[in-house]
Amino acid sequence: MFYREAGDFKTSYVDDGQTFPIKFDRMRYYVVLAVAFGVVPFVINDYWASAVFVPFLIYAIAAIGLNILTGYCGQVSLGTGGFMAVGAYACYKLMTGFPDINIVFHVLGAGFVTAGVGVLFGLPSLRIKGFYLAVATLAAQFFLVWLFNKVPWFYNYSASGQINAPERTVFNVPVTGPNTDAWAKYMMCLVFLVVLAWVARNLTRGTIGRSWMAIRDMDIAAEIIGVNPLKAKLTAFAVSSFFVGIAGALFFSVYLGAVEVGEAFGINKSFLILFMIIIGGLGSIFGSLAGAAFLVLLPVLLKNLLVGTLGWPTDLAAHLELMIVGGLIIVFLIAEPHGLAQLWRIAKEKLRLWPFPH
Amino acid sequence: MKKTLATLALGAAMAAGPAAADLVFPDLSYRTGPYAAGGIPFSDGYQDYFALVNARDGGIGGVPAKVIECETGYNTEKGVECYEATKGEGALIYQPLSTGITYQLIPKVTADGIPLHTLGYGRTSAANGKVFSNVFNYPANYWDGASVAINYLLSENGGSLDGKTITLLYHNSAYGKEPIRTLEELSKKHGFTLTTIAVDHPGQEQKSQWLQIRRERPDYVVMWGWGVMNQVAIQEAANIRFPMENFIGNWWAGAEHDVTPAGEAANGYKALNMNRIGDLPVFADIKQYVHDAGNAAGDGSNVGSVLYTRGMYAAMLAVEAAKTAQEIHGTPDITAAMMRDGMEALEMTDAKMEALGVPGIGPEFNVDCANHGGSGMAIVQQWDASAQTWTPLTDYLESDAEVIDPLVLEDSAAFAAENNIAERCN
Repeated sequence: MFYREAGDFKTSYVDDGQTFPIKFDRMRYYVVLAVAFGVVPFVINDYWASAVFVPFLIYAIAAIGLNILTGYCGQVSLGTGGFMAVGAYACYKLMTGFPDINIVFHVLGAGFVTAGVGVLFGLPSLRIKGFYLAVATLAAQFFLVWLFNKVPWFYNYSASGQINAPERTVFNVPVTGPNTDAWAKYMMCLVFLVVLAWVARNLTRGTIGRSWMAIRDMDIAAEIIGVNPLKAKLTAFAVSSFFVGIAGALFFSVYLGAVEVGEAFGINKSFLILFMIIIGGLGSIFGSLAGAAFLVLLPVLLKNLLVGTLGWPTDLAAHLELMIVGGLIIVFLIAEPHGLAQLWRIAKEKLRLWPFPH
Repeated sequence: MKKTLATLALGAAMAAGPAAADLVFPDLSYRTGPYAAGGIPFSDGYQDYFALVNARDGGIGGVPAKVIECETGYNTEKGVECYEATKGEGALIYQPLSTGITYQLIPKVTADGIPLHTLGYGRTSAANGKVFSNVFNYPANYWDGASVAINYLLSENGGSLDGKTITLLYHNSAYGKEPIRTLEELSKKHGFTLTTIAVDHPGQEQKSQWLQIRRERPDYVVMWGWGVMNQVAIQEAANIRFPMENFIGNWWAGAEHDVTPAGEAANGYKALNMNRIGDLPVFADIKQYVHDAGNAAGDGSNVGSVLYTRGMYAAMLAVEAAKTAQEIHGTPDITAAMMRDGMEALEMTDAKMEALGVPGIGPEFNVDCANHGGSGMAIVQQWDASAQTWTPLTDYLESDAEVIDPLVLEDSAAFAAENNIAERCN
């Protein structure tokens, strides 16, 4: 009834090509943004920031990054954890090396460093694809973690090999370090997510995005119609790694504050983010957000429910949590192999017809 | 989806928040994952002691103690979540039993004014109370442990390790890397050759490391391991027939569950310990007041084991610090800031330990404003596979303060400079 194209007249090409062609969708998008920027920062507390929102926002950035590479360009990557580590360590070196420069530029710089590293490890993708490429990126994962453990320069020769984020401010408000307010952490990550998601959405609608999708759907055909595979694949690796690097930098500096590479950026992280985009939906920005929300929020929710409300023993709850999350993943993938984004798409199709489906 | 989940989580979290005037001691435990074998007995001991204090003495100074357990799985992200979830409940002290989580929490607890006690783990230089106001690592730290192990080997070799080779087999994490700096200094001082071999998390696969040890034939292997890594290492040592009496674990690599999987082959394996074990009178009380009343933490099977005893010791030190805080401030309802003062004024004497039913469980030590590290002493114990017991080989051994103190000062000064901390206690 409300959710329909009819009656919403487009009079220019700009209107015709907008991201949300349906008025209701547009309004919903602005309401979500208004709540995220105008309401949440005023009610958020430390627990909500550190346990729910900040990890969700950061994982969403990483998931969008991986989705660009895997979902849009079709290059399977298992190196996400390693690339996040590059972002984190680049951010640390920049923060400690140039303490007078604003942290925002350090995070962006960490993204560019990671993009460079990503391109380097993307080179094999020009010759190999599919499972073979997955193995090559797996090598990147292990190599990068080993590197940051092995070379003391990366952790400024500290005794324990840990990196710690010193306090840095944006507009005189601390955003890293222990004195950061919950809302500052949240806003820092939210701004990055909104800007990056907007960039990603528009990249994937334009020439670059279309060349990525052409490569994904059939690389030989794409080459014949004039898509340069070298350029398409390497830009996908660069953009994807840029996103993942920023996620890693925020993960270290804003979220955790102290990081140990093997524990924080191990192979588990690569799998976690891959699961996020598979559950959320490959080739969809909304899917990345939904997948990140699913895998970040569900364990916290289950824990609060089982231990906090029902008072079960913590170990039983932890085991059950694994079983429930795992079971739900399987159920979701059987019921809807294209992920949460596809469920959302179907819901929208149904809504268009509602309440007169015939 | 996102919103629904958030709303649901909000509801669950709100329902979870109880209000109480008890003294709150969060227990950031791990009963799942590759480190659960160590986490379970420690947490059982920790919780049982508070249950005992409540049941036998009616709480601490008349106020009941309340333990909030939160599962971290030895994972830093979950550790942060647990910290944020429990700190609003009036938490008096955190003991995360994880060096990784400790590094996360050091700046946070300092900002929030809650004390952090890392009993023989965590950041070694936190022993310097001038820089680390809210972090305590008494009675001993990693560098003490490394030094005690070397001192023990010195005494075995008539005071000289010249020309010997010692291999450090370590967990490739902040925890395992801590002793390297001290061992390097000690190798310069005593003339032994140090090689280091890393084992990656979780440590289930160590074939290549032990092949290297077999090839290099070091005189001694010192191990900084935790969790499943320990039992695998001991099994692999047995497989290459490395003489067990030349294999020394630190105090986190010397529990029953580390040696029993290797069976007879583990006989003679040595480990450090910062607390004595044995049949302490307090266990009878725990049995009577806690287990027989059906309030045992976990399945109640761990009483008296190495890590159970250590968890209980950790709880005991917290209770004693809380009592000290109550005396200093003259109120039974202490806050986290008062608890910190109590920890800083803590005195553990033999008479006090005797009265608590734990004679000689730890060394005597005093904490003061500048020294948060205790006395730094540890014993060496040996596994007797036929009797299934750990036998203490030594009394409390001193560590080499001459080497460790400058290292502590150097590392804490670096931390102070990085974080603009002014020295206290002047």
